[in-house]
Amino acid sequence: MRHIISLLMENEAGALSRVAGLFSARGYNIESLSVAPTEDPTLSRMTIVTSGSDAIIEQINKQLNKLVDVAAVMDLSDGEHLERELMLVKVRAAGVAREELKRMVDTFHGRIIDEAEHSCTIELTGACAELDSLLEKIGRDLILETVRTGASGIGCGDRILKL
Amino acid sequence: MELTGAEILIRCLQEEKVEYLFGYPGGAVLFIYDELFKQDKVKHVLVRHEQAAVHAADGYARSSDKVGVALVTSGPGLTNAVTGIATAYMDSTPMVIISGQVPTYAIGEDAFQEVDAVGITRPCVKHNFLVKDVKDIASTIKKAFYLAKSGRPGPVLVDIPKDISNQKTTFAYPSSVSIRSYHPVGKGDSGQIRQAAQMLLAAKRPMIYAGGGVVLADASAQLTEMVRLLDFPCTNTLMGLGGFPASDKRFVGMLGMHGTYEANMAMHNCDVLLAVGARFDDRVIGNVEHFAQEPRKIIHIDIDPSSIAKRVKVDLPIVGDVKLVLDELLGVLRGGKQAPNAADMAAWWKQVEEWRAIGGGLRYKNSLEVIKPQFVIEKLHEITGGDAFITTDVGQHQMWAAQYYKFEKPRRWMTSGGLGTMGFGLPAAMGVQMVNPGATVACITGEGSIQMNIQELSTCKQFALPIKILSLNNGYLGMVRQWQEFFHGNRYSETYMNALPDFVKLAEAYGHIGMRIDKPADVEPALREAFARKNDLVFMDFRTDPSENVFPMVPGGKGLSEIILSEQI
Repeated sequence: MRHIISLLMENEAGALSRVAGLFSARGYNIESLSVAPTEDPTLSRMTIVTSGSDAIIEQINKQLNKLVDVAAVMDLSDGEHLERELMLVKVRAAGVAREELKRMVDTFHGRIIDEAEHSCTIELTGACAELDSLLEKIGRDLILETVRTGASGIGCGDRILKL
Repeated sequence: MELTGAEILIRCLQEEKVEYLFGYPGGAVLFIYDELFKQDKVKHVLVRHEQAAVHAADGYARSSDKVGVALVTSGPGLTNAVTGIATAYMDSTPMVIISGQVPTYAIGEDAFQEVDAVGITRPCVKHNFLVKDVKDIASTIKKAFYLAKSGRPGPVLVDIPKDISNQKTTFAYPSSVSIRSYHPVGKGDSGQIRQAAQMLLAAKRPMIYAGGGVVLADASAQLTEMVRLLDFPCTNTLMGLGGFPASDKRFVGMLGMHGTYEANMAMHNCDVLLAVGARFDDRVIGNVEHFAQEPRKIIHIDIDPSSIAKRVKVDLPIVGDVKLVLDELLGVLRGGKQAPNAADMAAWWKQVEEWRAIGGGLRYKNSLEVIKPQFVIEKLHEITGGDAFITTDVGQHQMWAAQYYKFEKPRRWMTSGGLGTMGFGLPAAMGVQMVNPGATVACITGEGSIQMNIQELSTCKQFALPIKILSLNNGYLGMVRQWQEFFHGNRYSETYMNALPDFVKLAEAYGHIGMRIDKPADVEPALREAFARKNDLVFMDFRTDPSENVFPMVPGGKGLSEIILSEQI
């Protein structure tokens, strides 16, 4: 099953590779990984999307907790949570096709953030599935570039991951 | 007054009461060695290969309750140390390894003797640090010792660039340490401990399975008292030997791939299993699916949550320091009025004794013609009164040592259990002898393993370490040969040790005493003579039966009850 795991870790050189190395050394999947400092610049918040049996997910949580640089871990999938991903996609589009594309982007609540003669760039934020869905609608033939950040997640309501 | 990074480092080691530092100098650690030279509190032991420095520090730590410390230079110094670090990591030895690094301004430029020490060691340390500011040395060393020793112990590496070791700052050693992202556990959950007591008392076929965690936590007294109070059968893992006295009738021997029949059958057939500081690894329970076929309730006490429910499902996890948890569990058991059901226990013990009779404990067919390796270990046990510190290398001799040297006390048995590192035994024995001066220290090895760190005979001479080396020389890489015999159609691919040196002359060349023993009748006299030489290192080259195999054996991938008892079966 797909799980989205959030963690807080020391914002130090090498901390990211400890997490990435743990996943590769123990053969766990990483679907996506996103990381950036928090309001406290000494801490980074990481969101990992992974998949595995319940036993593997339990091990992943325990192994992450065991890393000295990791301060807190939460499996967001254990409760209500929100998940967002940012995507930038450059599409070959001109003339009538571009108008059609704009309408399609509107229905997804995306934005065109750059327009050139033969192409334009779309920005879309949403759940991963929504992003997949837009890509599918556009079709691979027209897509020139796709850039996705990987999911970021946060718990709903009182589910808070903070030191 | 300002001190250099190197001076600060040595002052930190003095503050940590480091008695011996095992190391090897080189360019990146020149300032550190210069400071070592100027003081005499921290004594340096010059090894002949960096791997040996780390194994020696490992043996030092395992046979005491101290943190082992090693010092190596950058590049090849560090890479040579990696095997030692990985060995310590797999067996959870508390150690601090200090490595030199090229100067900060040269990092990343493929400088001479540069290697990414923190990157290379990351998967085999508890934690590691690259010190980039001289002001951080003292706090980093403080953290390193704290991390190595607390929680589940392990090796911690501190990489110090050369320029940092020569820059100056004021020195103050922190009196306390706290790491916000690191909180080792202490006591276990009281509710779960009471529940564990209930489960144990209600068991019809209970079994206690104790591992290296008991030794590391210094909880042997608690374990022993509990097993005797409950009168349950108890087994030890390879790492746990000595955690429970082998002479106690409740001890059913070591379990696992080369464990006793009774230990493996009791483990397989019990209805309530208490695992203490053990991790159900593949050499212990064999095939996981086979093990899971028998219904049993498992209680698992461990300081490391990730060791619980990693390979087998656990019904009652108790995360905590093994000693504190057992103390509390003992309190509950002593305070309660309930006792295990006498009829159930009598029936269970009857069954266990039947298995013991079938297995015959451990047995081998002795010979008047050729030395049986098991016989050597039995005689060693007899002559040392079962009270020696034993180190081993890896292979058949290691298993025979585990089987036939009956350990009564913890921290007497130093073996590379997790990583299985050949070359561990001799350097580990050096560390053991350093921290236990005057004690009897024996290294049980083979002609294959001993050659992986034989250069340390030179270190032993320099530091006058009277280690007794028992090489069970069968002319083969015996354990590999055994597997080739059983599972690869007797094709002994590259396992015959051709062109062996004359070990007697070799020992003599290093300034030690060498003995060659060919006949069974000479085993005891040779051992007596060797152990009577209190101040000498004696290398005993026992020419043993080349065809002897280690039994019992649970073949790889098989279940515990599929154990093979001897050649005949």
